[in-house]
Amino acid sequence: MASSLFHIFVFPGFLFLAAFGLIVEFVDRKLYARMQNRMGPPWYQPAADFIKLAAKKEIIPENARASMFKFMPVLALTSVTVAVLYIPTWGAQATFAFSGDLIVVVYLLTIPTLTFFLGGWYSTSLYSSIGAVRTLTQLFAYEVPLFLAILAPAIVAHTWSLSEMAQFYRENPILTLVHIPGFAVAIVALQGKLERVPFDIPEAETEIVGGTFTEYTGRLLALFRMAIDIEMIVGASLLAAVFLPFGFGVGPIAGFLLYLAKVLFIVAILATMRSVLARLRIEQMVDFCWRWVAPVALAQILLSLIVSGVRGS
Amino acid sequence: MPNITIPIGPQHPALKEPESFIITLDGERIVDADMRLGYNHRGIEKACESRNYIQSLYLLERVCGICSHTHSTCFIQAVEELAGLEVPPRALAIRTVFAELERIHSHLLWLGVAAHEVGFDTLLMYSWRDRELVMELLASLSGNRVNYGMNKPGGVRRDLTKEQLQEIAKTASALEERTKYYIQVASAETTLIERLSGVGTVSHEDAVRLGATGPTGRASNVDQDTRRDDPYAWYHALDFKVVTDTHNDVYGRTLVRLGELMETYKMLRQLASEMPEGPIFVRAPRRIPAGEAVSRYEAPRGEDIHYVRSNGSDKPERVKVRAPTLANLQAVAKMLEDNNLADAPIVIAAIDPCFSCTDRSILIKDAAGDSSKTVSWGDLRRYSIDWYKKKGLDFSGLRI
Repeated sequence: MASSLFHIFVFPGFLFLAAFGLIVEFVDRKLYARMQNRMGPPWYQPAADFIKLAAKKEIIPENARASMFKFMPVLALTSVTVAVLYIPTWGAQATFAFSGDLIVVVYLLTIPTLTFFLGGWYSTSLYSSIGAVRTLTQLFAYEVPLFLAILAPAIVAHTWSLSEMAQFYRENPILTLVHIPGFAVAIVALQGKLERVPFDIPEAETEIVGGTFTEYTGRLLALFRMAIDIEMIVGASLLAAVFLPFGFGVGPIAGFLLYLAKVLFIVAILATMRSVLARLRIEQMVDFCWRWVAPVALAQILLSLIVSGVRGS
Repeated sequence: MPNITIPIGPQHPALKEPESFIITLDGERIVDADMRLGYNHRGIEKACESRNYIQSLYLLERVCGICSHTHSTCFIQAVEELAGLEVPPRALAIRTVFAELERIHSHLLWLGVAAHEVGFDTLLMYSWRDRELVMELLASLSGNRVNYGMNKPGGVRRDLTKEQLQEIAKTASALEERTKYYIQVASAETTLIERLSGVGTVSHEDAVRLGATGPTGRASNVDQDTRRDDPYAWYHALDFKVVTDTHNDVYGRTLVRLGELMETYKMLRQLASEMPEGPIFVRAPRRIPAGEAVSRYEAPRGEDIHYVRSNGSDKPERVKVRAPTLANLQAVAKMLEDNNLADAPIVIAAIDPCFSCTDRSILIKDAAGDSSKTVSWGDLRRYSIDWYKKKGLDFSGLRI
């Protein structure tokens, strides 16, 4: 019991994720700034932003449903924090594991998007409502390709448990190479999930001010921001566990450093995408996802099935 | 889903100045767009009437922060015409140098703003970094980054040394390299092209009918440029071509502005190597003979027109400013039609709007009865105090 609580609240749960989230946000912002020929923020800037927001007054719109409005950031934060417990990070074994936890993690990663939608919808402001509708439209575009991409390694490994998958690829590292197209699909989908350029359509500031978060202030906004930071880590960890499953047997400290390197590598890819692309329109985004990303994901599934069949025979 | 109306402005992150666009949406599609001016009226035209010509010159330079030299030169050209002054060639050439440097910083600024509107912040950071080159140059030549204060009736206030002219040519060449890169980006970066082409279309006929001017018109193949059609300052001696485009959309406007930059660099090098010698001003009288004059000037955003009427005293009787944005605004409603909400900011930004420069007060009268009345400053103050009292805020103790 005590160790479970420790896992949930301290390591690798909330406290660790919060601290790591702030570091990852810093790395992301610094890389983005350097690629734009700017200085970028000092290392403590994300923490300072969080403290500043948390200290500010909360304003809840008159017409908003206060209970839902306040609950959504908490729900977003909780779901992403729980998700990390099932992802193998520096050992092949996750903190908790059961057969089928892959589905649970993907499900838990969908919840923040739904909270963005509901939070925006219950704010009842015009900009929030448009942002909320865009959030949901976008979800339908990237969610299926992400599912398919993550499913592909599971098909080859013949398991729905992330820990068992990690174990399988530790024994058959060469099979990781099969999933390179899936990795590309997952990166694009993750960028969409995190609502970053070119997929920051739901919160496009020059069009709809702050999108779903327009009406959020103070602590509630701070929680949402923290949830997005943690979602980035969890998403990157998931991708690292599924698509980069090497180096699990190198001992706790080296394994931990390797895990950090993998997450930061994925964050660096995401930051580069953000720097070199312009924001798409919502219909261009949906079109792009269904015309290019989804077929690649399907091809990946086909490839995985063939590989799986060949190995079975 | 029923049609919804969403306000862009008067305060909105996409707008750099207050202006109200009321957009009716069917889903993400714009079905109707309405706009309202008048949030930033400063009464400069009226203020000129109580100032002498020199004071008016400095006041008019502050019509616009970006095209300050435009308004100053446009006004002084009209005054010089009234006074019958023969401005020395060197003064005209120096005015042209500043006009073209101003065009560079205005177009680079626009490029950054446009990139930001479509969420491409990296291009914003790059183009604004390069814009610093020309800003620093302007500061070293005139002492100011904006509002250069170069003009005076009869000529200019500062001469350019040989070294400064070399510096201008050097900066022009450095910026030319950068601009070539942006042209390459604009013609290769897929997401940028996707966001810009086919957006905010206005056909050649509509552009002519609605009186679009400057790069906005030239992107719809309206082959019109005051610098060539009605040369002022030193443009008659310069070799340049007017850039036009047939895309009719925001992408075309981007290409026209980038193309114009390349022409501007060429002109600056010509000016630096063939700067005429001689005095930089002639003495001008304090009192300007009675009469009226109109002056045209190709601002970075389009044609700027100043009208000045003199009654023989040292103060203008009437000054009228038509900033290019006013001419282009009519086309914006047309451009917004049948676009996406996501494109509204870039469509508005694509005319390179300057709302304060173009702003005028609007008198809205009740059609049924004549209910216009004058409100004094004291009345307005009392009204605002009462209004805030109803909201629970008491400002009556506030001293101003």
